[in-house]
Amino acid sequence: MKKRAIPVYASRGDVAWFYTFRFICALVFLFLIFPIIIIIPLSFNQEPYFSFTSGMLSLDPDAYSYRWYWDILKNGMADPDASNGWWADMWNNAQWIRSIKNSFIVGIFATILATVLGTIAAIGLSSSHMPYKRIIMSLLISPMIIPLVITASGLFYSFSQVGLAKNYLGLILAHAVLGTPFVIITVTATLVGFDQSLTRASASLGAGPVRTFFKIQTPLILPGVISGALFAFITSFDEVVVVLQLADVRQRTIPRQMFSGIREQISPTILAVATILVILSIILLTIVELLRRRSERLRGITPE
Amino acid sequence: MNNFTEENFSSDGVSLKKKLSRSLFKSKMRAFSLVLPLLAFLAIFFVIPIINLLSQSFLDFRYATLMPSSTQALKDWDGKSFPTEEIAKAMVIDLIKAKKNKTIGKVATRVNRELSGTRSLFTKTARAAKKMEAPYMEALIKKDRKWENLKTWQAIKISSMAVTPSYLLAAVDRKYTAEGEIIQQDENRRIHVTLFLRTIEISVIVTLATLLLGYPVAFLMASLPLRTSNLLLILVLLPFWTSLLVRTTAWIAMLQSSGVVNDLLVFFGITVDDARFSLIYNKTGTLIAMTHILLPFMILPIYSVMKTISPSFVMAAKSMGATNWTAFWRVYFPMTIPGVGAGAILVFILAIGYYITPALVGGQDGQMISNIIDFHMRSSLNWNLAAALGLVLLIFILFFFWLYDRFVGIDNMKLG
Repeated sequence: MKKRAIPVYASRGDVAWFYTFRFICALVFLFLIFPIIIIIPLSFNQEPYFSFTSGMLSLDPDAYSYRWYWDILKNGMADPDASNGWWADMWNNAQWIRSIKNSFIVGIFATILATVLGTIAAIGLSSSHMPYKRIIMSLLISPMIIPLVITASGLFYSFSQVGLAKNYLGLILAHAVLGTPFVIITVTATLVGFDQSLTRASASLGAGPVRTFFKIQTPLILPGVISGALFAFITSFDEVVVVLQLADVRQRTIPRQMFSGIREQISPTILAVATILVILSIILLTIVELLRRRSERLRGITPE
Repeated sequence: MNNFTEENFSSDGVSLKKKLSRSLFKSKMRAFSLVLPLLAFLAIFFVIPIINLLSQSFLDFRYATLMPSSTQALKDWDGKSFPTEEIAKAMVIDLIKAKKNKTIGKVATRVNRELSGTRSLFTKTARAAKKMEAPYMEALIKKDRKWENLKTWQAIKISSMAVTPSYLLAAVDRKYTAEGEIIQQDENRRIHVTLFLRTIEISVIVTLATLLLGYPVAFLMASLPLRTSNLLLILVLLPFWTSLLVRTTAWIAMLQSSGVVNDLLVFFGITVDDARFSLIYNKTGTLIAMTHILLPFMILPIYSVMKTISPSFVMAAKSMGATNWTAFWRVYFPMTIPGVGAGAILVFILAIGYYITPALVGGQDGQMISNIIDFHMRSSLNWNLAAALGLVLLIFILFFFWLYDRFVGIDNMKLG
């Protein structure tokens, strides 16, 4: 029998409250999603405004255009109208393209560093023999808690004394620091449900610790590691406070470029970039969700 | 084998107790050695750099190293009587040296932080110092009457202290005098306490707003069948995964005077076209955008607690005669407290250190303490004051972090 949302014995007041409550919740969901959705049509604006023109509201096709998406490619180019060498010019000179390259360079290396260190540490942390677990865990999580401005200032002040400021290496190290808590949290969460008898079984069958790690533990914790890596990547990809202090103009990342775009010359190009980033986050969210389900299936937890 | 004990021995004659503790120690070391690389990494690239900066909040060797003679001479001065000729002589010697080494600018900046207007006094006097002759005090006063002022010398004495309370006191709008007293900063320079209070105010409002909006949503998701609630969960997670800059940009598009919200308000006749609300580049903008950005951090912990609460508790309460409200308030709500606490502390911690959103949509009255720290780091270059403000903020945050660990447990932190 299908379970009814409102029981038959509900009074009229109960029914009214039921619908009012759902309406309130719908408003909150609207508040969460609407601002993110609204930038998508705005990014196709023909005019250089951040608002809907009357043409856009009457769905006039002429009021919409791809010009701000082209602007992502063209902005900063030496000669956007040249016919030959256009691609090379775009690849080397366009501001946004450079920031996209920087974001990926810094993001990928920081993610690798954070994931390797974080995963190994998480394995140690979930061992029942780990001494001083609580205090070490607090320390490892603290990059997530300590205000970014303090981290950024501290790193800038100290890194500039040893030549790590204003270059890629410093930025990668800083972003790796910020990414590790996320790897720790996701990997330890996967390891919580890990059946230790599997490693013992493997050992009793003659496998060494290394073989056990690669053949038994790795496949089981891999979903957690990958989602941790994605978290670390998105953290670096979205980070701007450290970049503001630690990077100079050559290492500008996408959020840094957006930051100065909003501050200095606000144009719908930012909305076009934002739209692309929203699509990227939808893709990442889907991957993480699929991984989570896979991990639950592997560990035998099924949604009821 | 004649000494007889009650312990058990293994075949190689070692006590089992000892063997067990040895093997336990080995496992401990193995676990610890796995964590060690990350600990070392964080120590070198996170903990030490931050401590290095924060130590600048009470250390300032600039004056003492660059002006050694006058530092020595001022050490014995009581700060009340007029400085002796000996002090003036040491000052002139230092000024000549600083001028020659081109360090006078740094010295002038340092003293100027204690008493504004002394920068030009130092650079000006240093240029003339070479030609000065005894009696030096008169020569100094002849160059500029400010040397006659006791306040100038008091500011210098405070600057000469390598371990100085000045910056930490300045961070809470206090001043350290040469007599060793702590007084309130001049009225027009009292900005930090106001800023700290505003930061706390904004964080509290944002925490309450996210709780008010997040609790019903979490409740709805927990009461729906899993398939539907997973769908709704995506609506919560999408903003969570969307770039902060994107969301801030979105709010600029929404809230500006020709933005979507104002357009709708005009359309529905709530306001007229030439009286549009100013919703952005002020505190309102900061509050709205921060509430939006931090809302998922409130919903997720509350939802994960609510998921585990069996509906039969509320049914039991109702069957025993409780009204809807009593059943909720006396039975259901107390069980969700762990989630509410986790969400509230997390949102509060994140809100109090917020930088980007206030910087972009805050205007004048929406700035928070992080913004002034960044200002001192990158614009005014008063790193000592930035460190002092950072230390105060950090102590505050660590208290709440400790609270979080105490009541929720770091291990229970979940993402998505």
